[in-house]
Amino acid sequence: MDSVLEVNGTTMDFGGLRALHAVDLQVRQREIAALIGPNGAGKTTFFNCVTGIYEPTEGDIFISPPGGKRRRINGVKINRAAELGMARTFQNIRLFPNMTVLENVMIGRHCRAKAGVLGAILRGGGTRREEQEIVDRSYEILVKIGLADQVDELAKNLPYGAQRRLEIARAMATEPFLLLLDEPAAGMNPRETEALEELIVRIRDEERISILMIEHDMKIVMSISDRIFVLDYGEKIAEGTASEIRENPVVIKAYLGEDVNA
Amino acid sequence: MKALSEFKKSLIISLWFMLLTFPIMVIRVNTIEKVVEWRWRNMAFIGIGSFLLSFVWRYLLGRKEKGRKLAEAGRVEVRLFSQRLMDEPRIYRPALAAVTLFAVAFPFLFSSYQTNIMTTALMYVMLGLGLNIVVGLAGLLDLGYVAFYAVGAYSYALLNYHFGLGFWAVLPVGALLGVLFGILLGFPVLRLRGDYLAIVTLGFGEIIRIILENWNEFSFGPSGIANISRPGLFGIQMSLNEATIYLYFIMIALCLFTIFVVNRLQDSRIGRAWIALREDEVACQAMGIDKTKTKLTAFALGAMWAGMVGVIFAAKTTFINPASFTFLESAMILSIVVLGGMGSIIGVIIGAFILILTPEYLRAFSNYRMLLFGMTMVLMMVFRPQGIVTNVRRIYKFRARGRDGEPSQA
Ligand SMILES: Nc1ncnc2c1ncn2[C@@H]1O[C@H](COP(=O)(O)OP(=O)(O)OP(=O)(O)O)[C@@H](O)[C@H]1O
Ligand SMILES: [Mg+2]
Repeated sequence: MDSVLEVNGTTMDFGGLRALHAVDLQVRQREIAALIGPNGAGKTTFFNCVTGIYEPTEGDIFISPPGGKRRRINGVKINRAAELGMARTFQNIRLFPNMTVLENVMIGRHCRAKAGVLGAILRGGGTRREEQEIVDRSYEILVKIGLADQVDELAKNLPYGAQRRLEIARAMATEPFLLLLDEPAAGMNPRETEALEELIVRIRDEERISILMIEHDMKIVMSISDRIFVLDYGEKIAEGTASEIRENPVVIKAYLGEDVNA
Repeated sequence: MKALSEFKKSLIISLWFMLLTFPIMVIRVNTIEKVVEWRWRNMAFIGIGSFLLSFVWRYLLGRKEKGRKLAEAGRVEVRLFSQRLMDEPRIYRPALAAVTLFAVAFPFLFSSYQTNIMTTALMYVMLGLGLNIVVGLAGLLDLGYVAFYAVGAYSYALLNYHFGLGFWAVLPVGALLGVLFGILLGFPVLRLRGDYLAIVTLGFGEIIRIILENWNEFSFGPSGIANISRPGLFGIQMSLNEATIYLYFIMIALCLFTIFVVNRLQDSRIGRAWIALREDEVACQAMGIDKTKTKLTAFALGAMWAGMVGVIFAAKTTFINPASFTFLESAMILSIVVLGGMGSIIGVIIGAFILILTPEYLRAFSNYRMLLFGMTMVLMMVFRPQGIVTNVRRIYKFRARGRDGEPSQA
């Protein structure tokens, strides 16, 4: 089994509140995994543990980047997690509002570039080439994501759906092997959601990136996920393919309700 | 109907102002004749004045609001005249040439008194540009910036006094000590943001000043250090007038150097990281930017300029004492950055000239200096919080291919 992310028995306590309780989860190479569950189930907390924002109270988080070594990443710094190849988006969009669309993506390239203070001041050939490479690569990503005609717009002036896509573009710029999307379809209209669905599948197939996605929109979850994990009150109550989850009585009871037949 | 309510609003405001100013504007106790004078005329002036001003005020606010709505709805770019000028090479090239010519001719056209003032203004340009890195780009509100200025000044004064080191030898030392103290301040405040950061940096500035004031053996206390050497030029003897002109040109050169470096930093990987840090700290880290390193470089590179200007200050006045490095100085430099436009080099230069030169040339108003200063700041914050010059959006050129494999943009 070639999982790129392996989380074993991870628990996260906030004082007296147990937000995650002994959660196991694996994401395999080039698959789209979904993490679902009712509000407050601990999904975002799980992302925060994986990306270094929180250090889990208990348990182990391992990553095995394709072609790289397996390593434990509990409590690495946030920026280190990105360097190691895990990029994320945020539930409540966190772009750099007063930077242009292109600059937002260029920030994603930061950890793959080297120029330091002296390089910036002297601006020799190496630095100039690197800068141009950052710009070119960022633009390429924006073309792929479909934001190429808004490169010079300020991020805060983009419509909501485009902001969500820009967050994905920015995350892609860090060259991740695992992309963690926190409710990417939230606030999108049906047409945008469809385009997003297609985009996520394309990212997996063309860029060979694994995806772990939190999403409340069951239509998108059921149609593109290779595997689904269900959290409820911080505990994993089920895992399986879309059809397995759809029929799982525990899940239906906890969360899906009548939605499952819709 | 609307007019009536506007009228009522203004009436209430004018009554309120009349009431507020009643004790100081109307009543006067004549202590010689032991009578109370009632100056009702003043009250009438206040009433009419505030009544009219409140109309103007609301009209301007309304216009600003309209402009904002328009900008949001139709994406109408609200661009300042000055920015349009900067985009047009046919206009800005001759303008730049004229400024250069004026700057070179200045000390020969005007008295050395005027040259001195100009040198001071240039020093504040440099200080503003330095603080702009910390506050404008990295978004770290630093209220103790004057501490680095003091470090530079005292490093020259003391090295000159004890070891007879000259200006040119100490200038890089001042810069280096600035960097060192920048990092020294940076470490403890790494986790702080906003108000908390402001308070701690304010404290840091005061600590440095109080140390200088009280550690007599080290800094000679409040009496300061005198007879600091002026900058040398291959041992040539200079008259006071010549020395003033010389310092003026040193300052011009250093300012150009600062502008060059800051401009390059701003438009680099590091500069973008600073801006991203200002915009969203968590997202910035999640994109792989090391917060610690980025913050420390901002503090260090910001403080470096203050250290250098400190050395120049000591060389210019030939006498320093802790009284030159009070919080007011930090506030002044911060005002330059805010007034000019955070993150904008041209803005900071304009801000420095306005704030340093106007008080000099408006001696007539010297009694109202602080009042005017405060009023300008309040008005700026209400009507143009982004400063005189907003930062120009950078447009990058790319060579990448478009969606269809054709080159899409040169
Ligand atoms: N930093 C924190 N300190 C204390 N409690 C927290 C913290 N972060 C999250 N929690 C709590 O942990 C629980 C899980 O929150 P989390 O944000 O992970 O839910 P979620 O599954 O993402 O919900 P939603 O679908 O609404 O986004 C909630 O009860 C929340 O209040
Ligand atoms: Mg959440």
